Amino acid sequence: MPKLIFVSHDGNEHAVDAKSGTTLMNAALDNGVPGIDGDCGGECSCGTCHVMVDRKWLDKVGSTSGFEESMLSMNAEREESSRLSCQIIVSDKHDGLRIVIPAHQM
Amino acid sequence: MKNFLDESEKLDEARALVASMPLDEIDVSDWNIFQDNTVFAYFERLRQEDPVHYHENTKVGKPYWSITKFSDIKFVDTHNELFSSEPSIVLSATDAFEIPSFLNTDAPKHDDQRKVVAPIVSPTNLANLEPIIRQRAGDILDGLPIGVEFDWVERVSIELTSMMLASLMNFPQENRHKIVRWGDAFSLGIDGGQVLSDEQRKAETQECFEYFLNLRNQRAQEAPSHDLVSMLAHGEATKDLQGVAFLANVMLLIIGGNDTTRNSISGSVLALNTYQDQFEKLKNDHSLVKGLVPEIVRWQTPLAHMMRVATQDVQLGGKNISKGDAVVMWYLSGNRDEEIFDNAHKLDIERSNARQHVAFGYGIHRCLGNRLAEMQLRILWEEILKRFSDIEVVGPAVRSKSSFIRGIQSLPVIVHK
Repeated sequence: MPKLIFVSHDGNEHAVDAKSGTTLMNAALDNGVPGIDGDCGGECSCGTCHVMVDRKWLDKVGSTSGFEESMLSMNAEREESSRLSCQIIVSDKHDGLRIVIPAHQM
Repeated sequence: MKNFLDESEKLDEARALVASMPLDEIDVSDWNIFQDNTVFAYFERLRQEDPVHYHENTKVGKPYWSITKFSDIKFVDTHNELFSSEPSIVLSATDAFEIPSFLNTDAPKHDDQRKVVAPIVSPTNLANLEPIIRQRAGDILDGLPIGVEFDWVERVSIELTSMMLASLMNFPQENRHKIVRWGDAFSLGIDGGQVLSDEQRKAETQECFEYFLNLRNQRAQEAPSHDLVSMLAHGEATKDLQGVAFLANVMLLIIGGNDTTRNSISGSVLALNTYQDQFEKLKNDHSLVKGLVPEIVRWQTPLAHMMRVATQDVQLGGKNISKGDAVVMWYLSGNRDEEIFDNAHKLDIERSNARQHVAFGYGIHRCLGNRLAEMQLRILWEEILKRFSDIEVVGPAVRSKSSFIRGIQSLPVIVHK
């Protein structure tokens, strides 16, 4: 079980033992991590599971898909490391991943 | 429940009528069934028997496909390469509204223009707006007469949303009634249901255009500031928009910010009066406002549909949609789909999946102002619950004659301390 560390905007850390194969979004929602809405249920179509993933992890996390890119580009607070957490499938190689959750979902 | 709030008998009669009709006579572009609120009977039959349905002979005078199930609506909304927003996103008897705002434009133009105004609803800006909205909501509520009948729509819904819109545009507050008038002239006639005369509409549109053109020219001379008109005036993708293309984006922002939230505010009072058990629950636990907000947006669904045009032949739900066909996503139907929402007609402020509603749309055209709309509803209800023991609806709601704007024109109430 990879351990993920979600960091809230106020600096609070939430360590989660995630199941491989679940999405980053569900790993957060299933473990009561606050700050992710996921209104569309994880279909890359609402933009409310926005997170920031450290650039160092890019090769393990992968890059954005075309539609994810479109959704993220609508977000005025997008950062270089922004991802939609419903589009990242958790696996063992993500053990120790730190994910920053923004103050607000748009 | 008061007689005029109980629509179950009327809906049952409509269900019987709809059950007796041949499927190909069903036409949900008929604005009359939205005005009398029996449209749900039609949607129920379509969802059950033919969720991707082709209507040939229609009130709007042109054929269209109805998409009535939640999952199919999401599919259409998120496949912009198959379903285009051009030239119009409204199922309409007239083409007078086929003007190019970023809502009825595809990528990349849509993306560029939308990004110009997106900062208005950034989290930072919303946080700045919160105390202003709270102050205004409080002032409006404190000015209401107690124990005397008045129209909630006029005194509260329109007041709060028009003040907000004037602020976002840095439009003179004393003239904000003009925005409401222009927006209504435009949107209520949009599907052909409730039309002003052509002269009246042209006159309103012309006045609006000249006013905003003037405002834009002023803002263009000034340093960029954080209001919508200044953003349009300085934005790379919008500053050179001429004539109707400029007007279209102004109108989009007016309609997006004006009658949508207005009708959700009015709908919230109507819904809580219709489902008194929910009102009692809310009065006993004010923290339930959090659940009330998305549930109201689902229940009211202030924009009943959005339209697309197929860019190629597409198979959906076993049907063959042809290139060029009009495809209507009935958000109002998707939000009452029993496969997704249990007991879907009922207001349930603790509904666990209320946030999944389709009222804001999904994908790249998803409502830009959704968080602002939610914030206005939340703050208004927090302030209502601090002040009043009851808002009592004392007569029937008058609904809009439109298959697009799911509007409430008036709602008589008495407020109790």
